[in-house]
Amino acid sequence: MNEQYNITVKNCDLHYGDFQALKGINIDILEREVTALIGPSGCGKSTFIKMLNRMNDLVENCRITGEIMIGGQDIYAKGTDVTLLRKNVGMVFQKPNPFPMSIYDNIAFAPRTFGIKKKAELDGIVEQSLKQAGLWDEARDRLRKSALSLSGGQQQRLCIARALAADPKILLMDEPTSALDPISTGKIEDLLSELKKDYTIVIVTHNMQQATRISDKTAFFLLGEIIEFGVTESIFSLPKDKRTENYITGRFG
Amino acid sequence: MGKDNAHKREILIYAACKFASLAALFICIIALVAVIAFVAIRGLPYISMQLIFGDYGKYPSIKPALLGTLYLIAISVSIAAPIGIGSAIFLTEYTKSNSRLVKSIRIAVETLAGIPSIVYGIFGYLVFVVALKYRYSLIGGGITLSIMILPVIVRSTEESLLSVPRSLREGSFALGSSMVRTIFSVVLPCAASGIVTSLILAIGRVMSESAVLILTIGMVVNKVPKGFSSPGTSLALDVYYFGSHGYPNEAAATGVVLLVLVVTINIIATVLGKKYGKGDLANE
Repeated sequence: MNEQYNITVKNCDLHYGDFQALKGINIDILEREVTALIGPSGCGKSTFIKMLNRMNDLVENCRITGEIMIGGQDIYAKGTDVTLLRKNVGMVFQKPNPFPMSIYDNIAFAPRTFGIKKKAELDGIVEQSLKQAGLWDEARDRLRKSALSLSGGQQQRLCIARALAADPKILLMDEPTSALDPISTGKIEDLLSELKKDYTIVIVTHNMQQATRISDKTAFFLLGEIIEFGVTESIFSLPKDKRTENYITGRFG
Repeated sequence: MGKDNAHKREILIYAACKFASLAALFICIIALVAVIAFVAIRGLPYISMQLIFGDYGKYPSIKPALLGTLYLIAISVSIAAPIGIGSAIFLTEYTKSNSRLVKSIRIAVETLAGIPSIVYGIFGYLVFVVALKYRYSLIGGGITLSIMILPVIVRSTEESLLSVPRSLREGSFALGSSMVRTIFSVVLPCAASGIVTSLILAIGRVMSESAVLILTIGMVVNKVPKGFSSPGTSLALDVYYFGSHGYPNEAAATGVVLLVLVVTINIIATVLGKKYGKGDLANE
């Protein structure tokens, strides 16, 4: 199962109490592709990606039916190791959320969780992760400084590095650039095109240009359903559904 | 005309209110200064090496009280801190915020906080001195005090745990951390200063408590306690003892010592609380 890290979702419904947040979701996300999720606020995009690393487990009264397979395994099957799932499916949040500890300790957090204690090994992981996240040159001399001393854009790249340090196969990103300025956003977008060589990336975005710039596939969500899913260029040039067209041209309503 | 009068009246009311509130503030400050100054003026001249460090013989000494207070702090905090912090962790991290259980635990904690301290005292007396026949002892008083400071620790620890942003917990879980790792590696370090502050405030409560101790530790002012199970006294009790047994000067001097210690403790707690307040935890 090491090679195949596709995500396959079949007939999936998700309820928060009485409210149905996701309806009949079917989607195949292929490994080493960037899949962008677009749609108006509250349409279920974030809920959808939180389902893929079972972060919804933390929400009270959340019920999920259907089949969600990652790397050929049903992640909601009984006996699934959620910590291992979350190690393999990393997540970057909308707002940078570095822990109030040093840059080094932030990156080493997940490796330490999974039992890596040797300093040399940790040093290697920290360096490699920071390099992957394009933060090494800025952070190499201040690894022992608090992560909170970094700027917002640097903090978000730190969070990406922190997720990469867990050695995931899939990276979920929930509007990772919405709180950042254009320059930091550009840096993170460049980063994504590098990262997709090694990782499967699912990214929620409100920015249409961003979706066209970085993604291979795009899924359009509306009111808890996937209206359209396909190759990004064709979705943006020739949307099949009227609602998709209205949304991406900004004539929504 | 009428408008003008109304305006004048408003100005007058405003001035009167301002004056009244200033006067109230002034009285508050005067009261505080008067208490401190009076006790200090009466007590300071009688603070001596003999009083603080000497042996209790011909002249009285508060050495037994200082040691007794230390014993009481050690006993009560080492019992109440783990239980209180543990309860707070349970309440904030493991339970759904609005469940019946949490609500009833919260009511229990509030009630515990509202019980008059003399009632704790009689409880301690009945349990340790009467029922267990343990005589008056520092350990009995310390355990009783630990119940009394428990709500202080639970409530303020809970508050500092709740002030740790949810996003940090989510970040930790998303990296594959277990609940235990999240609590010990992320939540508790973030809340540490708040928890330490609450412990310091609890120590302040122990130092200033007297009603509980009158009934539980025996007020033996002239013997240095030999251990946890021996009877003893505390600073607050010494003030009472000296005051009611014809040593007003020593009572005032002991009062000054107690006052200085409690004020110091409160200042430390305030400084710690401010320095590592919520603002530092996350850049939100």
